[in-house]
Formats: sequence, C-alpha cells, structure tokens
Amino acid sequence: MTRPSFAGRVEQARRSGELIVQPRMGFSDPALMRAGLLATKAARANTVGTITLDSYTRVRDFSSAARAVAAGRPLNGYPIIAHGVPTTRAMLDGVLDAGFPVQVRHGSAEAEEVVAALVACGLDATEGGPVSYCLPYGRVPLRTAVDSWRRSCRELADRCANPHLESFGGCMMGQLCPPGLLVALTVLEALFFRQNGVRDVSMSLAQQSNTRQDLLALAALRRLATERLGPPPGWHLVVYTYMGLFPRTAAGSRAVVRDAVHLASRAGATRLIVKSAVEASRIPSAAENVQALEHAGSVVPPPAAPADGDNEVYREARSLLEATLDLHDDIGEALVAAFAAGILDVPYCVHDDNAGRARSGVAPDGTIFWSDLGSLPLRGTADVRPRHTPTSAELLDALSLVRTRYDTAATGPEEAGLSTTP
Amino acid sequence: MLTPLHNGWFRQPEARHVLLTTVASDAHTWNLVYLELLLVELGREVTNLGPCVPVSTVVESCRRRPPALLVVSTVNGHGAADGLELVRSLYRDPATRAVPAVIGGKLGIGGAAGECRRDLLAAGYRAVYEDTDPETPYEFLARALDTAAGPAGHVRDSA
Repeated sequence: MTRPSFAGRVEQARRSGELIVQPRMGFSDPALMRAGLLATKAARANTVGTITLDSYTRVRDFSSAARAVAAGRPLNGYPIIAHGVPTTRAMLDGVLDAGFPVQVRHGSAEAEEVVAALVACGLDATEGGPVSYCLPYGRVPLRTAVDSWRRSCRELADRCANPHLESFGGCMMGQLCPPGLLVALTVLEALFFRQNGVRDVSMSLAQQSNTRQDLLALAALRRLATERLGPPPGWHLVVYTYMGLFPRTAAGSRAVVRDAVHLASRAGATRLIVKSAVEASRIPSAAENVQALEHAGSVVPPPAAPADGDNEVYREARSLLEATLDLHDDIGEALVAAFAAGILDVPYCVHDDNAGRARSGVAPDGTIFWSDLGSLPLRGTADVRPRHTPTSAELLDALSLVRTRYDTAATGPEEAGLSTTP
Repeated sequence: MLTPLHNGWFRQPEARHVLLTTVASDAHTWNLVYLELLLVELGREVTNLGPCVPVSTVVESCRRRPPALLVVSTVNGHGAADGLELVRSLYRDPATRAVPAVIGGKLGIGGAAGECRRDLLAAGYRAVYEDTDPETPYEFLARALDTAAGPAGHVRDSA
C-alpha cells in the first residue's frame, strides 16, 4: 500500500514555490484532536496537520499520561502512547490523505517509543534532534539523547517508505541565541539524520527580533545546507513564528505572524509554523489555531528573493560546523565532543552537558550578538560586544523586546504595559 | 546536578538558602534563569535544580539541605496537577514537612485557574502566583521570603 507521505506533499509545495502553514496543536481528547485536524484541513490556507504531544509523554512518564486520560483530566497535548494505536488510527481515519499529511511534534530527548508509536499509527513525519530536543529541555545526558535519536532515525528509516524528520536546531531556547549557532546546529542535526538513514529532512530557523538578521540567517542556512546536503529535493527550510515571549494583544500577535509570513516568503522557505493570538496566555483552541492559519494564509507575501548567503552568519555557522565535524566521522560522537569542549555552547542553557561559558545579548534594534565567546571557535569571525551579566530586569527586558515592540505598535505604550518590569 | 549560575557569600547561608525548581514534566528554563537572578538580587543564595525535576529529587534536596523557602515555577500547564503531587510528597515526609513552599507561573492549561489555586493552598503551599496576577514576581517573592520564617499559613495568598 502506498501511504500518503509528509515528505511527498512538502516536496510538491517546494517545487511550486508554495508556502505551507502549519499549527502547533495538541489536545488530549481524541475527539478534540480529530476536530482540530479536520479544522486545520478545511482552513482557507495551504495547511498540513500537527499532533503536538503532551509533556508527560515527552519525558516518558507514560503512566501519568495514562492516569490523566483515565481521569478525563486534560493535558497540554495528545498522549499518543497512553491512547494506544487503535484509538489514534481511528482518530486519524479520514483525516490523513495525500493532500493532508500530519506531523508529530513533541520535545522528547529519548524518542524511540514516540517514533515507534507514530509509525504504528500510520504516520511518517516528526520533529526533533539529539541536541535540540535535549539541551534546552531537561536532564537527559546528551550522550543518551544521541544514542536514542540514532535508534529513532533507524526506526523511521526501516519502517517508512519516505519518512521525514525536521531538526528543531533553529530554535534553541527560543530566543537570544545568535543565528550563526542556530544555523550550524540545524545543519549538523540534518546531517546526523542523513547519516542514520533518514533522507528527507528539514532545517529550521525561528524568527527572532531583527528582520535583517533573520534574512541573513536564512540565506546563510540555505547556502550551508546546499553545500553540505546537496541541492534539493531531499530537504527544505522551515520557519518558526517567534518562539519567545509572545505579544499579549491580538493585533500584536497578528503582526508577528504577518512578519513571519513575509520572512518565510522572502527567504524562500517551504513551511511556516504559525502561532495563535492567545499564545501568551494559554494553549489555543482549534478555532483560534484556524484563525491564525487563515490569517497567515491571507497575507500577500512579497516575492521570494533569496540572497547568496555569503554573509557573517554563514561564516560563523561554517566555522562552528567545520570545527565540530573535525572531531569525529560519526556526527553523533562529534556533537557530544563539541559540547564537551565548548566548541558548541548555547547561551543561557542550564543543561549539565552545555559548557555555559558563551553569552549573548540583544541590541535595541533587536540584533542578537555574542557578548562572550567562551570556547567557541569564532575569534576573528564573530563580532563580540562584551556586556556585564544582566540583572533580572535587564534579562526580562531582553526577553520581552518583541512582545513590547509589537504590543506597543498595536496599542500605544500605556496599554502595552511598558512599566511592568520590576 | 545542575550547577547554580551564581553564588554569593552570606553570613547565614542556610537562612538565606532558596531552592528553585519546577515540576517533573516541565521543560521550560527561562523562568528559572530569570527567577534565579531575581532571588540573588533579593539577597538569597539559590540552588537552581533546572527543568524536568523528579519529585524525589526535590524532596531529597530539601532533606539534605532544608531551604528557607522552596520556590516552584512552572509554565507548561501541568503545574496544577504536578504541583499538588510535589507538595504532598514533600509534606508526607517528616524530614521535609516544615519546608515552606510557594508555587507560581501558568498553572493550568486553560489560563488563570481559580480552583487550582484553592487546591494548591489546601495541599500546603503558603502562596500561589498566577502570571496574570496584578503583583509582579518580585513583589510576590519578596513578600514570601519576608514571611517564610513565620508559622504555616502566615503568607497571604496574593489573590
């Protein structure tokens, strides 16, 4: 039987220059999850579906997920393992088809059970990575995550005809991570997926706080990806609507999504992950998600104008990637060694396996910069602007830059609550 | 163990020691990074346990070195349920029954949840903070720290 594949649908979009919009959506009740997917499918936009898993499943606490299901207590996502294969297959029946594939998004540092479950349910696409689903997200050692993601890749490759795996490496901590490191990490994870048997991959970048820098980063990503993975087919770029503190106003949220559509279109990305207007306060309903998707779908995008990508972000990313790949032929081993040596080092990440010596800051115009390189091999490559360790108020201001800017533009300074900083 | 980002020198380290944690299923860390800076600025010595902390790790940390205050910060929407389990385990153990605890963040998946606040207080938290509360985190924590040494129930709930 030929199953509809996520990779096939997205490749068709990439060839025709179409931008696919996709929600982050997960409900614990299968009926709600089905309704949400059907609403996504029916939305007036080029959509694919998402099943976002709950936090218990992500940390492999399957018994807590099962207890919540038994008690009818709602979770923050869909507990794919607690529900079991027949329930999920029934939930997807008539939803999944060649025009509407569904991806599972989660956040599991150890993903074998999740991957086995999604494959058993007839799905062939997920998101993750040994670094991006580990370091920002918990206590699992990087070595354990690398081994687990190797097995997860093999499982996908062995059991699906044309599986797809998206690297979350373009997000790391959601905000304040300099783009050179994001680009290097997402390409390294894509190479890791390929080395472990999954051919069709996507590389990501989260919209940050300065559009010029975001465009440089996406051009750099395209250039580095083409050099290392060869030209498409076989990969595409995905943009995440801003992943940090989201605007509180509906108008501010819509403006962020509009700018994300512009960014993805100008950079020639194939997919955009969209956020809803209630992102700042709670998990959105299906209807709120559909509103956001239709809003994104209605934005008239500027024409694609990909730059050649030979820029400062590219030079940083290439230095980090080459220094990492020099450490070992096996990319998983190279990643473990690079983090141990501080050759890769994610600012503000508190994980034990992250050196924590590199620091970053954000300029008033939203540009993210290195304030301390730690052991990153970027001396002479990166522009470093030393800063003192931020106070809590300064950190909150930096984290709130995008929220404040969009809420202020939407409502004026008083209603945007500019004076809430303690 | 995760290493604290900051260490200070204090004359009475135990009285100033604050244990900062989140619940077992919560992977968010910006809230923890921010609160650690804030608690240090409030003159405290902070142990930051990082994300996805098992209940047993929190209880063991409190046993080994009883803090002046346990601060539980959670934003993934499971705090209402996981926060209950955490505080019940903490107060079931005689060695940690006296540790004053507060919890805050985004506690339920549907936004500000009034009934979960009541349950959390009934289970033993001295105070509960929802990020929609009018008070700032700084004001809430300053108040919680000031009164943590008092008898149970001394800290007013902020709502």
